[in-house]
Amino acid sequence: MTDKDLPALSIADLQSLLRRREVSAREVIDALRARIEAVDQDIGAYLSLDMEAAAQEAEKSNVDLPLGGVPLAIKDIINVMGQPCTCASKILQSYRATYDATVIRRLRAAGAIPFGKTNLDEFAMGSSTENSSMKLTRNPWDLSRVPGGSSGGSAAAVAADAAIGALGSDTGGSIRQPAALSGVVGFKPTYGRVSRFGLVAFASSLDQIGPLTKTVNDTALIMNAIAGHDPQDSSSLNEPVPDYAARLGEDLRGVRLGLPKEYLIEGIDPQVKTAIDATMKQMNSLGAEIVEVSLPTTEYAIAVYYIVATAEASTNLARFDGVRYGYRTENPKDILDLYGRTRGEGFGQEVKRRIILGTYVLSSGYYDAYYLRAQKVRELIRQDFARAFEKVDALVSPTSPVPAFKLGERVGDPLQMYLADIFTIAANLAGICGISVPCGFADMDGQRLPIGLQLLGKPLDEARILRIAYAYEQSTDWHKTRPPIASVPRKA
Amino acid sequence: MARNSDLDVAYVARLARINLTDAEAKVFQKQLSDVLKYVEKLHQADVSHVEAAAHALPIYNVFREDVQRDWFTAEEALGNAPRQANGLFIVPKVVE
Repeated sequence: MTDKDLPALSIADLQSLLRRREVSAREVIDALRARIEAVDQDIGAYLSLDMEAAAQEAEKSNVDLPLGGVPLAIKDIINVMGQPCTCASKILQSYRATYDATVIRRLRAAGAIPFGKTNLDEFAMGSSTENSSMKLTRNPWDLSRVPGGSSGGSAAAVAADAAIGALGSDTGGSIRQPAALSGVVGFKPTYGRVSRFGLVAFASSLDQIGPLTKTVNDTALIMNAIAGHDPQDSSSLNEPVPDYAARLGEDLRGVRLGLPKEYLIEGIDPQVKTAIDATMKQMNSLGAEIVEVSLPTTEYAIAVYYIVATAEASTNLARFDGVRYGYRTENPKDILDLYGRTRGEGFGQEVKRRIILGTYVLSSGYYDAYYLRAQKVRELIRQDFARAFEKVDALVSPTSPVPAFKLGERVGDPLQMYLADIFTIAANLAGICGISVPCGFADMDGQRLPIGLQLLGKPLDEARILRIAYAYEQSTDWHKTRPPIASVPRKA
Repeated sequence: MARNSDLDVAYVARLARINLTDAEAKVFQKQLSDVLKYVEKLHQADVSHVEAAAHALPIYNVFREDVQRDWFTAEEALGNAPRQANGLFIVPKVVE
């Protein structure tokens, strides 16, 4: 037995203890269970846990595998066989997954143990996790604030040391934004780099699975396990997968970083601005050259997103009809009554709003004006990024214009909530990769709130983005600072 | 671009097979009109020389051999059904 606080460790540190046999995989599960019991009634990160099955898996785990004996939390929109997969929706409240998503199959093959499902905005639609129809998740740094979203449960669990690492999904910033607001690392791979098979589809041309972790190195370790071609996902890229952890540690000499001038918008919090300025100086002192670049179509990104994403959602969510699985209304008088009431009662407000908007922009007479035009502007956005990447290796911005906002502050105004994703959304439209790493703190009402730095890279340039993020992270102490809730007394 | 007053939430909700309460329809009408007003800005972009992008990256048709493989059993496929009997999904009568 060790005197170390096991749930607070990174994947890499935990692995060295496991491989030196200083601690057993079973002890890790037990310590994690105690930790979750101690903090999760305050945080609300988890929707379901299967610690008994995890303990059994731990007993027979091979700690010499790449992620051997490492427990990971999974966003409750990714299918884990035998566990619930609710998408935080009433319509899937009693659903149990009948198969493993490809990412889960790969994690298991690498020795990891998926033990619990984390909260999210219903069907990943939201930026604060307040659209969950299951429970509220609170920010570990200030319990009166949101953890970000939609992967808010995964971000909060990792931040509160109630998880070693986690998976989320990112359609318009849903990994990077909660990572920034909760003070952890969050990574969205290139579209097609990680299989979407077994991820419940929200917007199929934008969705991508990725890790939320305590360190950049841990993100590289998870990427090594989950990246790669999958014949069961026709959008999966058949390209070789490098060892993402191998070249971490190289310095930033010769690296060119672009600061898009359109990203210095009004409405950006002054403390966020100060943190980003300091970060650029730091990058410069590490050897990087800072170049101003222009992404003139930035102003259109949110408008394009809310047409494309809702259009795709309206067709993807047509499958929830109360016939084959999920919730069904009581005593339907005919099939149309069954559909209409099942969906009216089963979906939450934001999901209904988006399905209606998506149905409208695809409907006869409006398709050209909205959907087709949005797809064309999307192509302009992609070209903007391609031009910028001819000049620079990575683009730099805040991940979110503001630190974590108060619970309830934005729920009444969907458009204000959508604007929270201004810096993250374009990456999904362009299919590129991006990461959020902690880069400072803001002081709000006497509380310290994390600030996130976003780095965006070319398609399939994950390894370089991780190297830059790692060099920055290692030159700071931000990732070592823990939220107040992480210091609750742990059981002896 | 269509004017946002064209949006009739109650009608589109019927197309989407979602029964809304009157209160929901009223709130959504206002909120979605705001969103549609916001997306009007796409009208300013010059897209005269642009092909529409269905995906950000080139996507090709993917083919595979049509071979038999193990998949769900009927029992597993019915495992989450709200109503089932005799290996079938049970729904209200559709044909008179």
